Amino acid sequence: MDDNSLENIIGQLLRAGVLLSAAIVTVGGIAYLVQWHAAAANYHHFAARGAEIRTVSGIVRSAAHLNSEGLMQAGLLLLILTPVARVAMAIVGFALEPDRLYAAVSLIVLVILAFSLIHAT
Amino acid sequence: MTVLEFTAVVWAVSALAGFLGALTGLGGGVVVVPALTLALGVDIKYAIGASLVSVIATSSGAAAAYVREGFSNIRIGMFLEIATTVGAVVGAYLAGLVSTHALAIVFGLVLIHAAYTSLFRHADADDRVASDTLGRLLRLDGSYPEQGTRVDYGVRNVPAGFGIMFGAGALSGLLGIGSGALKVIAMDRAMHIPFKVSTTTSNFMIGVTAAASAGVYLSRGYIDPRVAMPVMLGVLGGALLGTKVLVRARVRTLRAVFGIVILVMAIEMIVNGILGKI
Repeated sequence: MDDNSLENIIGQLLRAGVLLSAAIVTVGGIAYLVQWHAAAANYHHFAARGAEIRTVSGIVRSAAHLNSEGLMQAGLLLLILTPVARVAMAIVGFALEPDRLYAAVSLIVLVILAFSLIHAT
Repeated sequence: MTVLEFTAVVWAVSALAGFLGALTGLGGGVVVVPALTLALGVDIKYAIGASLVSVIATSSGAAAAYVREGFSNIRIGMFLEIATTVGAVVGAYLAGLVSTHALAIVFGLVLIHAAYTSLFRHADADDRVASDTLGRLLRLDGSYPEQGTRVDYGVRNVPAGFGIMFGAGALSGLLGIGSGALKVIAMDRAMHIPFKVSTTTSNFMIGVTAAASAGVYLSRGYIDPRVAMPVMLGVLGGALLGTKVLVRARVRTLRAVFGIVILVMAIEMIVNGILGKI
């Protein structure tokens, strides 16, 4: 498989991931607006909130309870994971070619991404 | 302001930012952050968190189109992503350490650069060169389609490009933007990569770079769904529309107007940062 056809498949998968994430965020967003539309919105001063929007397990739990903010955040989490999936698929693609150097390069990038995501666990 | 009004206004502003960002090639993040902070008084930490996820959406969403055009070079992109992702993690850490005033001032300086590139677009030097030793060892050279044939290009000055990419990643993590302009400079000016290859490869790198700061942002609570939802949906929708009308638009006039708007926002960001209003 050459670089381009593999990249094409990856590109289509990423697009599907983005559209799915946008759909989940939209559903969560509608539920959120139905529930809170008349409440006051004030974001002048940053105040960090709880684990339900800050950790992967908290977000999944909140979304599983169909909490509107949890659903929106789950959609955003899926979005954050699309580039991670992209790098993971590149490792497989390079390994199949086989191109060991670039499989290793992609693996390094994946490890750095994993290091960042560990913060949110 | 009620939640409904806030969401509607933020969505509309973000859609406009995404639309203009796609038309001018500057990206949505660079506009959405000052728009939210200056016009709506949103804390810059919510703004950069929301901007970061919208940057991932436009980059990942457009990946298929870039590949189809045949310009992007995934080896160059993947190799340089080592630098941008490490930079992005460092930048995301820094965002938590520096004051919001400092963030606003740095953002203003980046906006001045964006305004400059928008007003004075530099011509592609198109000096096709042969790869130097490191470029050859890393097999970074490639070819792109032009008028039915393929043009070969080499890659030089890899360490310099790698260094600038670290800086681009750090700015992306610090400010929640794609920092595509700096990525293009690293490839096109430092590494002699053709302009079209540089811009498309940069677009494809932006999502991965942003994902590297996203974990840190998420854990700090910068990504708040109440703000990020309308920003992400607005920027994504606007960007998709922008790429559709791109062929018909009078881009040159638009870039000039856009450049001036960005310059005004840059000055406001810096002044407000210095006065401690942001």
